Amino acid sequence: MSALLEARGLHKHYPAGRGGVLHAVDGVDLEVAAGECVGLVGESGCGKSTLVRLLARLIDPTSGRILLAGADTTAVSQARFVTMPQRAQIQVVFQDPSESLNPSFRVFRSIADPLRRLLGIHDPTRLAARVHRAADLVGLPRELIARYPHQLSGGQRARVGIARAIAVEPALLILDEPTSALDVSVQAVILRLLADLRTRLGMSYLFVSHDLNVVRLLCSRIVVMYLGRVVEMAPTEALFTAPRHPYTQALLAAIPDPARRGERRLRLEGAPRSPIDPDPDVCRFHGRCPASSERCATAMPQLRPFGENHLAACHFA
Amino acid sequence: MRAMVLGRNLSHAFGANRLTLVAAAILLLLLLCAAFGQFLVPYDPLMTDGTAKLMAPGAAHMFGTDALGRDIFSRIVVAARLDLGMAISAVALSFVLGLTLGAIAGYFGGLADRVIGRVMDTIMAFPLFVLAMGIVAALGNSVLNIIIATMIINLPFYCRFARAEVNVRRETGYVEAARMGGNRAPAVLVNHIVPNILPPMMVQASLNMGWAILNAAGLSFIGLGVRPPTPEWGIMVSEGASFIISGEWWTFVFPGAALVLAVFCFNLLGDGLRDLLDPRRRI
Repeated sequence: MSALLEARGLHKHYPAGRGGVLHAVDGVDLEVAAGECVGLVGESGCGKSTLVRLLARLIDPTSGRILLAGADTTAVSQARFVTMPQRAQIQVVFQDPSESLNPSFRVFRSIADPLRRLLGIHDPTRLAARVHRAADLVGLPRELIARYPHQLSGGQRARVGIARAIAVEPALLILDEPTSALDVSVQAVILRLLADLRTRLGMSYLFVSHDLNVVRLLCSRIVVMYLGRVVEMAPTEALFTAPRHPYTQALLAAIPDPARRGERRLRLEGAPRSPIDPDPDVCRFHGRCPASSERCATAMPQLRPFGENHLAACHFA
Repeated sequence: MRAMVLGRNLSHAFGANRLTLVAAAILLLLLLCAAFGQFLVPYDPLMTDGTAKLMAPGAAHMFGTDALGRDIFSRIVVAARLDLGMAISAVALSFVLGLTLGAIAGYFGGLADRVIGRVMDTIMAFPLFVLAMGIVAALGNSVLNIIIATMIINLPFYCRFARAEVNVRRETGYVEAARMGGNRAPAVLVNHIVPNILPPMMVQASLNMGWAILNAAGLSFIGLGVRPPTPEWGIMVSEGASFIISGEWWTFVFPGAALVLAVFCFNLLGDGLRDLLDPRRRI
């Protein structure tokens, strides 16, 4: 399995006032193989979005490396990377389709701009052909191409966002909660479209979501994050049938399931620890974890293997 | 096709707001005066006439004459070019400079933001009209220096406005998408952010234009602007002001009314411009 994207020891720290340092992403190792669909889940504020922006090279990591098809993209700064040919290889579909489309651009220009900049297509006929092909792929009617974003529905805007990202034929598409801002009925349509596009175009997906059901549907492997660290990664079925980390177990228990109505479920007490200046020797989940012991407050658990491709970071897993 | 769309948008903006139409008509009148005023007026604005001093408005002199027997109507019409010219140049300069500085400060932040911010704070720390007086007094009474002074005191408003508008857009999805799509920082600013902040900036400029007219005229009113006998609304009001007590009201009321009309027109235009430039209101 050759890795398309490989992140090694990725850290992103932000100054948090009074000398404090916020560890948004704290030592993440991640691989996405060519053609693979990886899900990234975790609660709000766990560093998912920061990780996405790091991997997409929208922000520079504090430390760590990101390899794309073996080439180190972090060797140059984010500002330089913008103009490199590799830029087209990673594209992102953003969370809120309304906010991610320039209100003063018609759909055509939104999709055409990356084609001009990244692939250097300036010939109007070729450009129009590429824009139309991208629109056809996402099922966007051609007559909408001349519209402004405010004249489109939420679902249509989501399609434009996807068309813009796939128009430059990236090898990896990062989907940052692409359906969370959509109506439930539209969500299903967009998810089906995404699954269909992946088989047709052979892209890799990194699918970020806090909806485990959605991730289960699309992804072959799932990565669970908690407070800036990866706590468990496993093939989808292994994760759902035998979760190792107590946080993953709590996440799975929180999925509504009519069959388990009335059963007592695992619920987390308390609030997450602060991401500002975290103690490197205390498990991030300590204090909220049902299995906490003294050892959790003296040694940070590292990722350990539990079966094929299954890793979890817990002393008691 | 493009012209048709523009025409539709224009009629939409004017149709929605009749006052904008009124303002546009006044603006057209003022611009006509500025462009062709000297060919249209009945008298030479500089010609004195000892036999026709302080004549009340009548058939020969529509707005009466001043203490030197000059025709006030002719002087007002001819002055439009100077008054509007000074205000428009000053506003255009501070618009461009303020937008550039504000966009840089808002997008890049850090040192650039702090330096530009402190410079603007320093300008704002002065009573602005007094600062303009000081600048003209230091550089000398000339049209160019009035424009520079008016530009400088207007600069912080555009700069801060642009900074705030750019700053809120810096992290929006479409800006991140633009960076993802291979746009370097200058291209992101010029092609993706600035077109979206132009509508509110234009509204600001239109509202500001009235103030700039008053400012330029005000400098002349207190004797720090252009010099007599140049026809200029501020000077005319100032010269006429000495006749308030003796009752020759036409000497200051008509030039004052011209000022009021110009300020009123630009303020009204602000609203109409917003309708015209906002893409969400486009058809």
